[in-house]
Amino acid sequence: MISYQGVTKIFGSGSEAVTAVDGVTLDIKKGDLVTLLGPSGCGKTTLLRLTNRLITLTRGTITVGGRDIMSQDPVKLRQSMGYAIQAIGLFPNKTIYGNIAVVPRLLGWAEKRIRDRVDELLTMLRLDPGLFRDRYPAELSGGQQQRIGVARCLAADPEILLMDEPFGAIDPINREEIQDEFLRVQAKLKKSIVFVTHDIHEAIKMGDRIAIFQEGRLIQYDTPEAILTRPKNRYIADFLGADRALKVLGLLRVEDAVNPSPAHLLHASVTSGEALRLMEEKGLGHAVVVDGGKPVGYVTPADLARANLPVRSVTTAYPVQVLVHSTLRDVMSHMLMHDMHTLCVVDANGDFVGTVSYESIRKKVVAAYRDDTPEEKGNVGT
Amino acid sequence: MGNVLDFLVANADRCWLLTWEHTWMVLVALVGAISLGVPVGIAITRHEQWAKAILRAANILMTIPSIALFGMLLPLLSLIGHGLGKVPAVIALVLYSQLPIIRNTYVAIKNVPPEIVDAGRGMGMSRWKRMIEIEIPLAIPVIVAGLRTAAVMNIGIAAISAYIGAGGLGVFIQQGIARVYEEMIVAGALLVSVLAVFVDGAMALLESLVTPKGIKIGRKLGS
Repeated sequence: MISYQGVTKIFGSGSEAVTAVDGVTLDIKKGDLVTLLGPSGCGKTTLLRLTNRLITLTRGTITVGGRDIMSQDPVKLRQSMGYAIQAIGLFPNKTIYGNIAVVPRLLGWAEKRIRDRVDELLTMLRLDPGLFRDRYPAELSGGQQQRIGVARCLAADPEILLMDEPFGAIDPINREEIQDEFLRVQAKLKKSIVFVTHDIHEAIKMGDRIAIFQEGRLIQYDTPEAILTRPKNRYIADFLGADRALKVLGLLRVEDAVNPSPAHLLHASVTSGEALRLMEEKGLGHAVVVDGGKPVGYVTPADLARANLPVRSVTTAYPVQVLVHSTLRDVMSHMLMHDMHTLCVVDANGDFVGTVSYESIRKKVVAAYRDDTPEEKGNVGT
Repeated sequence: MGNVLDFLVANADRCWLLTWEHTWMVLVALVGAISLGVPVGIAITRHEQWAKAILRAANILMTIPSIALFGMLLPLLSLIGHGLGKVPAVIALVLYSQLPIIRNTYVAIKNVPPEIVDAGRGMGMSRWKRMIEIEIPLAIPVIVAGLRTAAVMNIGIAAISAYIGAGGLGVFIQQGIARVYEEMIVAGALLVSVLAVFVDGAMALLESLVTPKGIKIGRKLGS
């Protein structure tokens, strides 16, 4: 969708010349969200601003949908791409409606169509149109303003979005929430997105692919898993941090490590004597008790030895049940907090799906590091 | 004081006429000053290299005493037969207004937050669109504040222009001094002051009217 070929930007000239972007070649596929990651001054924002000609290329070519951007009128080019920035930049003299309507109006949409679109976008971003449409930016909280910034950049339904730290100006709790919301919206809309960030967590969470920059050069361009497990050089490894194996946990989901038919499964109606015999036979330290497709808890041989009652009456409930879509990072955290090495996995209805153990997580992470072929990110971000 | 009131009542028609003449001069000068100063103020935000020189020139203009400026305009305007009267008076008022108008326009547009301008550019608003829809609405309260300063200042300067035969309320003061007619002097001074206070109030109202609602809400909420 967007193709950068040997893109170079030099600011200034002569002895004061600064090379902000240096020979970057990069392809962004249709429907991909690509995060440009790196410390400040690495050229990521410059590359974004070159894309809609807010600044002008020194060398190289950028094509969008196969067309060279230099052959297009810059104003028309910019209208064809969504644009959102960290400082948001809402127009304080316009209502929320007026702010979102800017590009549709430039494109000459009928007022009725704009109205429907504004309401649709506000609803999509979980802001009540009746409540917000006619308000002014000053009346909104930072998080709400940021949502309007996103709505404004989606307004004319452009195929491409350019987002420069779009969630950078809000507190961490609100940021998590708006990131989740944006991923939900993106899963539906499938825009091609250039997303600048200096926050590695954000880059991993949001990106289908990550492009890491250093001093204007593109160092590595790959999926988050591939970058975390196989950083190309020392710079990237350092940038990702010593905890990058833990970051991999944040990418993997419970469904990747779940054991759907564990050996240590007991039905609640079995008597404890029988259960004890079964457990001793298999040499199990504990067993999961299930009743009617729902997990009840777990038992240990010590629990069962006390009396010959149905297993149900001696079962200890799990302190927490993990959902299939949780990240392994959350599961690991639960395991440490509750000092448990196995937890029950349930689906959205609370039905038993399987178990996840410390051992299965360890194997999964080790496998990710051994894997020579980059893993596809299809099962993440849903 | 009673005598001054008597004077005003006895000369009511002339009072109205001179007040009208005074207001008219100030208004014409203000319209002229806006059409010159606002575009210049906007232009120097686009061509920053001129800003310093233009603002300095406007500053120097304002420091010239009005009587001296009338004196300088006299030989120039005599060439077209308007050395005295309303023409040099209005021209002087236009020149004096330039500093508050150009400076306020320049500063107001410069103070539009850069991220707002960047957002407009990045979304594909042309320079003209950005100016009409964003920069001017955000700058207009400060621009009008400049007009307010200019208008009030010009009411005072216009009173002096009676000395070059421009008319207006300065006539009472000038003739009163010449005839040692105290009531006439005080009546002129009083009317000029009342006019200045009135115009100041009217401009304050205008300032409030042109401030976009979203900005007022922002000010009230303190953000």
